[in-house]
Amino acid sequence: MAGALLEVEGLRAAYGPSQVLHGIDFAVEEGGITALLGANGAGKTTTLRAVCGMVDRSGSIRFGGQPIEKDSTESIVGLGVAHVPEGRGTFVKLSVEENLRIGAYGRRARDGVAADMERMYQHFPKLAERRTQQAGTLSGGEQQMLAIARALMLRPRLLVLDEPSFGLGPLIVASIFEIMGAVRRDDRVSILLVEQNAALALELADRAYLIETGRVVMSGSAKDFRDNEQVRRSYLGY
Amino acid sequence: MAATSGLATIPVAASGTNWRRIGVAVAIAAALVLPWLVSDYRVFQFTLAGSYAVALLGLNLLTGYNGQISLGHGAFFAIGGYTAAILMHRLGVPYYLTILPAGAAAFIVGVLFGLPALRLENLYLALVTLSMAVATPQFLKYFDHWTGGSQGIVLRKPAAPTWLPIGNDKWLYYQMLVVLLIVFWAGSNLLAGRTGRALVALRDHPISATVMGINPVFYKTCAFGVSAMFTGIAGAMAAIATGFVAPDSFNVFLSISFLVGSVVGGIATVAGAVFGGFFIQFIPNLANDISDAAPWAIYGLFLLAFMYAMPTGIAGFIRTMAVRYAPKFRTAVGEQPTSQPGSHS
Amino acid sequence: MTQLTQQILSGVATGAIYASLALALVMIHQATESVNFAQGEMAMFSTYIAWSLVQVGTPFWIAFVLTVVISFIGGVLIERIIVRPVENAPVLSHVIVFIGLLVIFSAVAGWIFTYTVKQFPSPFPTKPLLGGAVTGHDLGVIGVTFVMLILLFLFFRFTPLGLAMRAAAQNPESARLVGIRVGWMLAIGWGLAAAVGAVAGIMVAPILFLDPHMMSGVLLYAFAAALLGGISSPGGAVLGGLIVGVLENLVGTYLIASELKLTMALALIIIVLVVKPSGLFGAHAVKRV
Repeated sequence: MAGALLEVEGLRAAYGPSQVLHGIDFAVEEGGITALLGANGAGKTTTLRAVCGMVDRSGSIRFGGQPIEKDSTESIVGLGVAHVPEGRGTFVKLSVEENLRIGAYGRRARDGVAADMERMYQHFPKLAERRTQQAGTLSGGEQQMLAIARALMLRPRLLVLDEPSFGLGPLIVASIFEIMGAVRRDDRVSILLVEQNAALALELADRAYLIETGRVVMSGSAKDFRDNEQVRRSYLGY
Repeated sequence: MAATSGLATIPVAASGTNWRRIGVAVAIAAALVLPWLVSDYRVFQFTLAGSYAVALLGLNLLTGYNGQISLGHGAFFAIGGYTAAILMHRLGVPYYLTILPAGAAAFIVGVLFGLPALRLENLYLALVTLSMAVATPQFLKYFDHWTGGSQGIVLRKPAAPTWLPIGNDKWLYYQMLVVLLIVFWAGSNLLAGRTGRALVALRDHPISATVMGINPVFYKTCAFGVSAMFTGIAGAMAAIATGFVAPDSFNVFLSISFLVGSVVGGIATVAGAVFGGFFIQFIPNLANDISDAAPWAIYGLFLLAFMYAMPTGIAGFIRTMAVRYAPKFRTAVGEQPTSQPGSHS
Repeated sequence: MTQLTQQILSGVATGAIYASLALALVMIHQATESVNFAQGEMAMFSTYIAWSLVQVGTPFWIAFVLTVVISFIGGVLIERIIVRPVENAPVLSHVIVFIGLLVIFSAVAGWIFTYTVKQFPSPFPTKPLLGGAVTGHDLGVIGVTFVMLILLFLFFRFTPLGLAMRAAAQNPESARLVGIRVGWMLAIGWGLAAAVGAVAGIMVAPILFLDPHMMSGVLLYAFAAALLGGISSPGGAVLGGLIVGVLENLVGTYLIASELKLTMALALIIIVLVVKPSGLFGAHAVKRV
């Protein structure tokens, strides 16, 4: 797996005494989209949080070839990892514009922030209309767009998305996934995606991993997953 | 200081194990002998320490067991002290008849204060009680017709009956010891039984406790009332022993020294009240030689040090040691609710 | 009528001081959901620093700026060293640590500077202005507080650091995920609160005179101001401070003897908490239990 942007080997994590991840291996290729699939409570969110240093973890995590398993969340963000957490992490009392500006807080190159903000408004015209509104007044779909836009303001190399479709209607989900595809093409961003909606995730992703109770039980290309009888029956529902 | 470690075991008497009974017996014996071993001035100091212990038992009951933070127990101490002083000075009531009315007055004010307090989150209760402590001296000075203003009230110290061959200080000490034993007996019974469990349940799991049928209004108001009553009784004891009450001795720092004593002794324990009482009586005396401000600097450092290093206080520390080195003790201490300061929020 | 105007104006001046200290309390409350009971004593200690600087011949305004800077650094250090270990501890632990700080500052001030009451110079002309309606000091206090409030507003509103501090206070986890060092934001918040408190102390000292217990009454009024305005609202705290200051003067003159001022503040605190826990301008209520 040489040349992968993110390489994770033997990742373990625990909340206090209860071990949640029991040695997970996966990778995200440069410019690729990797999806983590699995049932509720399998450890997908914990995996993302472990990558970003939000839980106690051990094992090897390499980002751009550099070990980051001992780094703090803030330094990992500084390397170019933008994480949109479960529940979107909106700063509800800040305006839409301030949410975008805060997204650029961790980035090294300070120039071009204003230009990037305009670019986000082009990607997400809804946000442009609401730029001075308090973010808490946005609808769920708009908040998800804001969260992705905020993450992109970092000019990340890796975008980490936790359940971007959660709680949203199918039309909005479709448009968000469309935008993510565009973002990957235009911004050359790699994406690590956790998604309940496996069919949708496999459409977008090129690699996928299936996680059950803290272990990877299957990995392969998105096509392999789509063709696999068992995955289809348990996770895709056709 | 033999009495210190001995008295510690008073609270654990409830469970009926031998260790505790022996401890209590040794403690009481030591307390009885003590006045004959030290100077009269020391006897007076021990009397005061005993009154602080009673006040701290009240504070521990409220803040330690029930989790309602009070930074203003000096105000209840003042109510007790002034009730006793006014009854003696203005109405000529004999001193020994003033202790119960002092407790009753503090109980009533405590209940009245406890009712609005029910609706407050812990932090804001702390804020309100701290404000109460700050406002107390000014309030006392204002009603100078009753309180004697900033001059306060000077009382005649009770004298021993002529047929008794002991000095006034010893006489007072023994009487106050009786009061202390009664209050601690009542307090530890209360806390070891149904009521104690209800208070702890409301502290740690307020919602499930309420669902299980523990009436929070009743128990929390009662905790406030009884706590204030104990501290009021202590105030009367101290007023009688010193023969003097004045507004400035009931300032915010008195309330804070109660918090210090409570934390150092062990805030959710009965025995801790005794250690705390000794601490706030004797530690400032030792430090006073360095500077007027030194006792307070030491109080502050002790607060922080205990917070970080020994959050269960002296009583909790002794219990931990006892469990570690004397396995038999384990059964004796098992059911005592211990808690770090605020292991609940 | 002149007396009324005079009472209101001098009420606004003291109110500005209460507003400053209330703002310091609210800043820490925003970020940590707790109330720093030592805020008043920290301000008192800062004032002693200013006094010492003036004593050794430092010009007033240089002493003022130096004190504000020293207080800021002190506040940052206190958060890093003393408050941080109990960051996630229960309320009672916070309360105990804050009371510990209160006691230590009070004791150290008494130790170094003694309990003798000291005169503190006012940088403003003391002669009455506007036909006796207001003193120069009162106007100066109002002016200094106003400038400070504007600066704080600009800082929080328009600088990246101010924005990051607001973000960290609102949603610490999400703030870390955009690369904000939340722990440092808290420390800077403590520093700013200490600096604001220092200004309040320096402004009030010429009126109250300087002694280690100088701020305990002021703190009570700041509590009342913060709660009245709404502890979740910085603007509310400022308005609350002004209201409390004016109210204190009017009630003290026309209704209740000024010897009961502290009791009045206590009553106000209890009434607000029981009747309207969110305060006049607060967004969400102080939680009831």
